[in-house]
Amino acid sequence: MGGSGRKPLRLLNLLEPITRPLLLIPVTVVDRILTPIQKRVGIDKMGYFFVLPNLLIFGIFVLFPMLLNFYYAMTGGTKLFPQDRPFVGLENFATLFDCEDFLSPNSCQEDLFWRGISNTIQFVVLQVSGIVFFSLVTALVLNRKIVARGFFRSVFFYPVLLSPVVVALIWKWVLQHEGVLNAIVEIFGGESKRWLLDTNWAMFWVVFVSVWALMGFYTLILLAGLQSIPPELYEASSIDGANHWQDFRFVTLPLLMPTMFVVLVLSLIRAVQMFDHIFVLTGGGPGTRTQLMVQYIYTTGFSNQIQLFGLSAAASMVLGISLLVLTLLQLRLGNQSSLA
Amino acid sequence: MMAADRISISEFVSLRSGGKRINSADALTYLYLTLGTVLMFGPVLWLVASSFKTQAGLVKYPPPLLPYQQVQVEVEGFDEALPLFTVTMEDGSSRELAQIRRVGIEARMIDPEDPAAGETKVNIRQREPVEEVKLAWENYLDPLVELENFDFVTYLKNSVLVTTVATVITLVINSMAAFALSKYQFKGRDAIFVLFISTLMIPITVILVPVFLVITTIGWKNNLWGVIIPGAATPTGIFLLRQYMLTIPDELLDAARIDGASEWHIYWRIILPLARPALAVLAIFSVMWRWNDFLWPLIVLSQNDLFTLQVGLNAFQGELQIQWHYVLAMTVVTLLPITLVFAFLQRFITTGIATTGMK
Repeated sequence: MGGSGRKPLRLLNLLEPITRPLLLIPVTVVDRILTPIQKRVGIDKMGYFFVLPNLLIFGIFVLFPMLLNFYYAMTGGTKLFPQDRPFVGLENFATLFDCEDFLSPNSCQEDLFWRGISNTIQFVVLQVSGIVFFSLVTALVLNRKIVARGFFRSVFFYPVLLSPVVVALIWKWVLQHEGVLNAIVEIFGGESKRWLLDTNWAMFWVVFVSVWALMGFYTLILLAGLQSIPPELYEASSIDGANHWQDFRFVTLPLLMPTMFVVLVLSLIRAVQMFDHIFVLTGGGPGTRTQLMVQYIYTTGFSNQIQLFGLSAAASMVLGISLLVLTLLQLRLGNQSSLA
Repeated sequence: MMAADRISISEFVSLRSGGKRINSADALTYLYLTLGTVLMFGPVLWLVASSFKTQAGLVKYPPPLLPYQQVQVEVEGFDEALPLFTVTMEDGSSRELAQIRRVGIEARMIDPEDPAAGETKVNIRQREPVEEVKLAWENYLDPLVELENFDFVTYLKNSVLVTTVATVITLVINSMAAFALSKYQFKGRDAIFVLFISTLMIPITVILVPVFLVITTIGWKNNLWGVIIPGAATPTGIFLLRQYMLTIPDELLDAARIDGASEWHIYWRIILPLARPALAVLAIFSVMWRWNDFLWPLIVLSQNDLFTLQVGLNAFQGELQIQWHYVLAMTVVTLLPITLVFAFLQRFITTGIATTGMK
């Protein structure tokens, strides 16, 4: 980080004649106020002051809401302010889990919630395997001795930076009925389709687009993992007469395992929370075919005519618990793999 | 055949590629890279190319690669430019004529070279438009002036405002907290650190309703502060900056104290300049997060004149009749800043992500 940090900062240095006087006043004022306080409380207690702004915002907008969410999940009605909301105990959870058969969403009272869960599971399995596979292959390819490695690395990384809305619009345009994909399909003798309105294809494209958008990020992590494998190990294995496949199987793969694990967990956690791309690309459709859990939370609490904040909060707690389980699993397995 | 496959795959996954001559593994590698480049860049380039087509050009199917427009010619005696066609005449010859007006299947046309010769009546099936590659800049310019339901300039302003203010606030409060957590001994320090970090994996999606309540209570619903503040205390930033500040030797601070520097001075004059590389990485992340943020602004902002670019773009593309020519152009404008940041700070971003494993 250190060395590469210098170049882009030159711009900031150029701006310094302007920014310095602008900053000087507030900085001096803060110093004036703080110096007497510091004299009274001593140096180490100044830590409280420095941590305070962040702690305040964290407390008001993260910690307090986290606790309040429990309360919301146990109240009913459509009013937003807690004092207007009747306490209903676990009723919201009972509503969510009111199912004759958990495997068929149609038998549930909140069928959209269960369809959301079942779609999310499907999406997560497909998307995570897609991401792990393609980012591994891409990282292995980029790790070879190739010309213009920097260029190709950027090519695969570039979509990561694009906003979900932009990504979705790019693909919506490619996939539309009079779009370029159908034109290509027809050249090869295929039949044009309304890809995003086709129940069988919509989930595929939602997975495809999100893999397209995110795999570059994981490729980068895996590439860093590959490059941290000491070359001496390959020298040693070639002295032992190992072929390329054995190199991969017995040197690369085991040493890459911790990184693979990071990729797996990070992509899992993000896949469970998927919303933006899909919302713009298909809006959850056709029907509810690509509606995932977060969209259920959003729709129930915010975009429906009747805003059921309690149900939304209860559903978000189910999401939170799944994320917690995944995180704990990561810590647990992560510790094991570092011990091994 | 089997053996050949096996060799190429095994070489393919290996670090070492063969000697000077191109072997099957190399071929496979470059094939993958070529296909990958087409797949990764192709859709973006297609978006850019399409964004320069006229509304009429966009509905053509199969779509032409480049933006074509019909040639318009000025003809003496007419106020407006007329569209140019190639007309196949009765005798089989072809001429370039400009169309004055079309009535049913008949078009009244005139020779732009020789307007004095008078009008010719032509069956519309006998004429083909003359086209040239021409960029439809109006797709980009119209939204700047006035477009119903899509106030691009306002959205852009809001997005820039949210992104810069939020990034500055994040940098200041995160660096202060990281300084406290890495350089001071005070009661509860470690507990606070664990508290911050434990929310790394808890996204705002889990607490949408209560945060919305807090925002509404403060009066920040339909207010850009409601978008800016809740996400400002990022655990990622705390973690990144604290790890970096731990590497700054304490002796430096002690020396400054002996010279009479106040703690605030130490933070401002020593810690911040030394932590610049980490601050830069966080700044880039924050700009990316804020510029691309969607779900939270979507919830907080319901007033059209407060929309950020992402929310505005989504609303505009959700209309019954999608005006693709504007949507595409504005999508290009939206991805432009991030692309520029990427082009200039590419190495920075990639090393930042590789070292922290975060985005």
